[in-house]
Amino acid sequence: MRESTFWPRLLAHPWILGIAGILIVLLLWTGVTATGLVDRLFLPSPAAVLAAGQAQASAGILGRDLVASVTRVFTGFALSAAVALPLGIAMGTNRAICQLLEPLMGLIRYMPAPAFIPLLIIYFGLEELPKVMLIFIGTVFFNTLMIMDAVKFVPHELVETALTLGGKRAQLLTRVITPCIAPQVLDTYRINMASAWNLVIVAELVAANEGLGKRISLAQRFLRTDEIFVGLIVIGVIGLLIDLGFRLLMRRACSWAN
Amino acid sequence: MHLSVDSVSKSFGEGKARKLVLENVSFTISSGEFVALVGSSGSGKSTMMRLVAGLDRPSAGTITVDGVPVKGPGSDRGMVFQKYSLYPWLTAAQNVAFGMSLQGLPRREVQERTSYFLEVVGLSDAARRLPRELSGGMQQRVAIARALAAEPKVLLLDEPFGALDLQIRESMQEFLHGLWQRTGLTALLITHDLEEALLLAQRVHILAPRPGRIVRSVAADLPHGELAHLRVTPEFLALREELAACLRGLDGGLGL
Repeated sequence: MRESTFWPRLLAHPWILGIAGILIVLLLWTGVTATGLVDRLFLPSPAAVLAAGQAQASAGILGRDLVASVTRVFTGFALSAAVALPLGIAMGTNRAICQLLEPLMGLIRYMPAPAFIPLLIIYFGLEELPKVMLIFIGTVFFNTLMIMDAVKFVPHELVETALTLGGKRAQLLTRVITPCIAPQVLDTYRINMASAWNLVIVAELVAANEGLGKRISLAQRFLRTDEIFVGLIVIGVIGLLIDLGFRLLMRRACSWAN
Repeated sequence: MHLSVDSVSKSFGEGKARKLVLENVSFTISSGEFVALVGSSGSGKSTMMRLVAGLDRPSAGTITVDGVPVKGPGSDRGMVFQKYSLYPWLTAAQNVAFGMSLQGLPRREVQERTSYFLEVVGLSDAARRLPRELSGGMQQRVAIARALAAEPKVLLLDEPFGALDLQIRESMQEFLHGLWQRTGLTALLITHDLEEALLLAQRVHILAPRPGRIVRSVAADLPHGELAHLRVTPEFLALREELAACLRGLDGGLGL
């Protein structure tokens, strides 16, 4: 009899093991909660978490929290990305600018961004601005330094070829360096976006009216572990979606680098 | 066109670490000439090329193109590097068009000349392919087309086939030789391969190492009909043997 090719083929699919990993954890979770070994207060069942999520969604709370957190992340990170790109390129191409700023940035980079929260609250109050600024401060130095590194790794030949073809200085930036580093820039943004998500939750735990982090800290106050789980899972899923979005963009825009 | 390298020296470093790389090198190239500099590693041949290209400045001496001193890189001296320096995000055609678009030529002219030069290097069919989809030899042909399309007065070839397999190397030599015969381009070739220099160039300068200096210049006035045939003619073999002995002498009994 001919051997079936179904299983080898299925296993060869790049996603199948990843999905299996998630399913296994879900099964274990269901199993453990079904036995009643663990207090439901500490570990709610997947069904209870789903119910809590649905309740929040239908009450419109989940949607509002989502919009609030996502808006903060995107505003802060867009600001950071917009500042980091020209600054990183300037540092990567100009030795004086690099020598001036690199030690300073190296220093500030190691200050934990959440430690800035008290200062930001004193400066900017309790509204949106301190949260956006926290995300900005927490990501802009990483973004800048990683872009600077990408610029430094642009092969010399590519720049020198442009010079021997009659390229001007400004053209080197726009026609050689920028397109050359585009894949690394997207990757930098993708990686540091994760920090932006961390920071928005931290900011909301401290002070906010709404947001996914705020919801989690409220849930803690009322011992609603099911709602904490809802918050955690939603944050994880959104992070994953953003990551996939960046990967997709990369595949579309920088197919030459794959 | 007349390119003149006059008493050029180049040293790197300062004080005690100062190292003389090129000493008092002089040679000229006129329109339609194909000149080769041959030397082993340490002979400063790549440094010489960078000086002509304007990517580095000589420590002493002058380099002029049509009487005008070289002050930096420019499109009058097109360069082909040893490592493929194609822009990996541009297609073959976009790479060829790159220099022309940097110079702001009208779109139509860029398109026409791009397809012309792709045809010249035999790669019309590969116009839309990315560099990584091309073989090493094809990539170097695109690099040559790109340099030629910017209409340089002289083409600078820095070990252009050094990274290629022997067989592809030979076919690329045939290709470059045919190109030179068809288009009458002016070229300066840097190579460590004596045979390559003798096959392609009309004039060959031998560079001695540490510091790099010209120790011998020969007119390779050989019947450049067909390279495969030329390789085995007695004149070619005799000249090659004579110069090879000269190069061996330089490497062995280093002029201390």
